[in-house]
Amino acid sequence: MQPTFSSSRILLPVRPWFIFFSLIAAVLLNFLPTAHWPGMPDWVALVLCFWSVREFRRVGMGWAFMLGLLMDVADGAVLGQHCFAYVLLAYVSATLSRRLLWFPLLQQALQIMPLLLAAQLVQALMRLAVGADFPGLGYFIGPIIATLLWIPATFILLLPQYRPVEQDPDRPI
Amino acid sequence: MAGIDHAPPPFFKRGPAPLALLTFYIAISLALFIVDLRFRSLNLLRQSIALLVDPVQRVAQTPGSLVDYAAEYLQGMRALQQENRELKHAQLNTAPNLQRQVQLEAENARLRKLLAVKEREKANGQVAQILYTARDPFSRKVIVDKGQQSGIVAGQPAIDEAGVVGQVTRVFPFSAEITLITDKDQAVPVQIVRSGQRSVVFGLGNGQLELRYMPANADVEVGDILVTSGLDGVYLPGFPVAKVINIERDSAYSFARIFCVPVAGVENFGEIMVLDPRQPLPPAPPESGSRDGGAATDKALLRQKKRATKGN
Repeated sequence: MQPTFSSSRILLPVRPWFIFFSLIAAVLLNFLPTAHWPGMPDWVALVLCFWSVREFRRVGMGWAFMLGLLMDVADGAVLGQHCFAYVLLAYVSATLSRRLLWFPLLQQALQIMPLLLAAQLVQALMRLAVGADFPGLGYFIGPIIATLLWIPATFILLLPQYRPVEQDPDRPI
Repeated sequence: MAGIDHAPPPFFKRGPAPLALLTFYIAISLALFIVDLRFRSLNLLRQSIALLVDPVQRVAQTPGSLVDYAAEYLQGMRALQQENRELKHAQLNTAPNLQRQVQLEAENARLRKLLAVKEREKANGQVAQILYTARDPFSRKVIVDKGQQSGIVAGQPAIDEAGVVGQVTRVFPFSAEITLITDKDQAVPVQIVRSGQRSVVFGLGNGQLELRYMPANADVEVGDILVTSGLDGVYLPGFPVAKVINIERDSAYSFARIFCVPVAGVENFGEIMVLDPRQPLPPAPPESGSRDGGAATDKALLRQKKRATKGN
């Protein structure tokens, strides 16, 4: 697999433990007290979306559901709220993945933005429908910041898969 | 022709179709959402996941508390001495009242016994430390470090040094979730100190409270202090709750809009006291049709409060 389909660079296969590690790291980032700062992105949604696009065979709706349940309990939210949004996010990103990876990173990010916004909007609608308080428009800044983070996230999460540019012909791996 | 009706060999095994999976997971999510909201029967699931998540969450909160600790440490002797002096001064100011309180309570108990009135309940409780605010942006809740292991049960009120902070709504093995009084539609039955009028104060979700169902000509003034009335059987009577800051009287509506701010440091971090649950109230007398309107409204308010407590 390549970083994008138009790139000529071939990546190493992904290591499953790294996917697991990055998702756990995202959960930990969400637990930090910085989560209350305005415009903090939902790290789990970002990383989950990334892996659903890159490796939809490995990270799918099952993972999304479990992570959603975890975040629901950690947030003190109603159970099922994050599950619903994350499952939807994982499904749509997996569906888009074949198309998305043909674009350069910036355009990928632009196409990711509506997905992340929708994930946030779905949660807001679910809670507002049962009589919660509207948290303010600042709630929707997070996904926009997350969109900007799509480019650095791609670099960081693909880092273990890059091969050195100058290769020794005697040792191909 | 054996083999013609055989299924193709599973070369490309890919599990169920994505759309089927999506439908399955979404159905489960929605079922969870509705069951958790309506029937509240998923406590065991929530508690078992919380048991796993809670230690991690506490560790993740340490950078913040370390910064706080460092700031406190570096604050210096001067500031501490200053604070110490002020505290001593404040203590001296309250001393005359406090020193006589034991005698007053004894006298009160004796007089109540003489009058054959039920004795005042004593407020006991345990101190708990606020660990962190729940991340959910749709509600106002905090997590404290005492839980089932310390005998906390859902429904216990929590106060700080100035007044009522909130009510325990969920209990986990080692922590508990407290819904603040400023949470939307969190209700506290109150009494206006100056006039003795009873009502219910509701959270607005933006850090303020609203005193609802007060007639437009009600005797309420800016600066009035509201204390718990104790009619609900949850809060002991007499704890300060809120202070009236703004009254909008519009003759187009039958009720005045009365806004209050909480007296307690509801949004602060620190220690709070979780009060023990109250002794159950005596059973309500059977309803009769000939009661006057005042009692009926009181009862309706009480019922609404109960529903609100149950629903949030």
